[in-house]
Amino acid sequence: MTGTAPSSAAPLLEVVGLKKHFPITRGVLRRRQVAAVKAVDGVDFTVAEGETLALVGESGCGKTTTGRMVLRLIEPTAGSVRFAGHDLTGLDADALRPHRRDMQIIFQDPYGSLDPRMTVAQLLEEPLVIHGVGDRRQRRARVMELLELVGLPQAHALRYPHEFSGGQRQRLGIARALALRPRLIVCDEPVSALDVSIQAQIINLLEDLQRDFGLAYLFIAHDLGVVKHVADRVAVMYLGRIVETAPKRRLYAAPRHPYTQALLAAVPVPDPFVRKAPIALPGEIPSPAAPPPGCHFHTRCPLAVERCRVEVPALRLLEPGHEVACHLATA
Amino acid sequence: MTAADAAAAPRPVGRGLVRRLLRHRLFVTGSVLFGLMLVLALFADLLQVAAPERMHYRFRFEGPSWRFPLGTDNYGRDLWSRLAHGARLSLAIGFAVVVVTGIAGTTIGLLAGYFRRLDEPLMRVMDALMAFPAILLAIAIAAALGPSAVNAVIALSVVYTPRTARIVRSTVLVVREMEYVQAALAFGARHRWIILRHVLPNSLAPLIVQLTFIFAYAVLAESILSFLGVGPPPPTPTWGNMIAEGKDYLREAPLLALFPGLAVMITALGLNILGDGLRDVLDPRLRVQHD
Repeated sequence: MTGTAPSSAAPLLEVVGLKKHFPITRGVLRRRQVAAVKAVDGVDFTVAEGETLALVGESGCGKTTTGRMVLRLIEPTAGSVRFAGHDLTGLDADALRPHRRDMQIIFQDPYGSLDPRMTVAQLLEEPLVIHGVGDRRQRRARVMELLELVGLPQAHALRYPHEFSGGQRQRLGIARALALRPRLIVCDEPVSALDVSIQAQIINLLEDLQRDFGLAYLFIAHDLGVVKHVADRVAVMYLGRIVETAPKRRLYAAPRHPYTQALLAAVPVPDPFVRKAPIALPGEIPSPAAPPPGCHFHTRCPLAVERCRVEVPALRLLEPGHEVACHLATA
Repeated sequence: MTAADAAAAPRPVGRGLVRRLLRHRLFVTGSVLFGLMLVLALFADLLQVAAPERMHYRFRFEGPSWRFPLGTDNYGRDLWSRLAHGARLSLAIGFAVVVVTGIAGTTIGLLAGYFRRLDEPLMRVMDALMAFPAILLAIAIAAALGPSAVNAVIALSVVYTPRTARIVRSTVLVVREMEYVQAALAFGARHRWIILRHVLPNSLAPLIVQLTFIFAYAVLAESILSFLGVGPPPPTPTWGNMIAEGKDYLREAPLLALFPGLAVMITALGLNILGDGLRDVLDPRLRVQHD
């Protein structure tokens, strides 16, 4: 689908036609489905080994749901997730378990993602115990190694999560995700709950780890400033669909979809002399329970024409690696 | 977000907990009151001045004296000794109810809260049990099974299990959505592991608090069952039996009913205050403002 060089083998992660429709039910005795919230409505993307694909969009656009479906934490309604050549959709919990070693997740909330009743050593050891890695001594050694990797003193192993700051807790979350030496980590807004000064540290840590271990990241974010720093490629989501995918430089320099253009125009520039005209999008995101027909974005698009109201735009390849789902976009 | 914050807030049990509890005035007051009764129950054999069933016919309706610290009843039995042995039985029944209710209620609550498919069938049964007035249901069950201590425990456990199950279920519903549970799922943890390692430990605080209240209710309810004659049968010294026997002489010898009544009251009050203190320390989001 993308313009990856033909020499490279199959991508590490390949997502095709992924959908999640949450049913809305009515009725007390006999529940019937009256509608569905189309949180994710047909999403395709790939992530190559060692690559960072950023998934961006406003809250509610389905990016978190997409990330969770990749890990099968949420069951997809339709579509498939292929990881390292294996189709993960349809596998039961036992068949899935070995693959879980290779794909992990870092959460947004550094407070909710660590069990408050476990010590750091227990937290980091947990995935190793679940997968029966090593004996007790080896696991302890690995815990110490992990703490060092994320830049925390080993003396902290017996502390509880509440004794750490937000940034430190996020480091613990990263250490835990690394415990099983995964190849892909879904980073679900890993820095948006942190102070700006701490964000940079965590981002740098993630980049160092990527370089050292050849990790691939599916980096979910709404902050285009952060994404500009970490991503190799960027996929922009709107109301459950991907509207534009492009290499980072290309996306920031020449966005083709009007939604991407509006998003980028909204990024503040830290220079008082630069005058930028933000593109004001009228209205709110429509309800994903009743998305507008045709192009989901036509209700707010400044360029919308009749065709946009009727026909769903497919992702079209404008240039190698740059795809846009807009009837009007031209190379 | 408040629910998530609150569930993330409780600190690990153990560390500094004892110190925080000892600084809490309510908890200490409650512990002292309940502790008195506990000492009475544990050392009843040492504290008694006569066997609780021994009748001193020449000393019926004696007032408090050196020989009979709280006086004697209509059969000339020493009230103090009966009170101490009554404490033993009442607290033992209360404790047994707490254990049975704790295990049954926690199991049902965990299953209903974690496996959503089991929620409807389990909780509708619990609702049905809760629809009966608690005491009435306990009396009916105890009467059907026959008067004995074990049957009182069964009756009271049936009555209080649904309440415990509700409390546990509601905490489990919050905890199961926490991201650390998602993280464990992402590692491929089995449900058993998640329930025992994450959900149960993080649902304990409200459960422990609830169980202290159930202890208090059970002691009260047990005395009601005994009073009505569906508890352990009469010569057995239970507080309810003592009140029941004393009520016939309320006018002539009010102390016969007063002392066991006070004992029930002190136990229930002590446990309630203790429970309030525990709740403030373990589960601060439920705190009521005292000033």
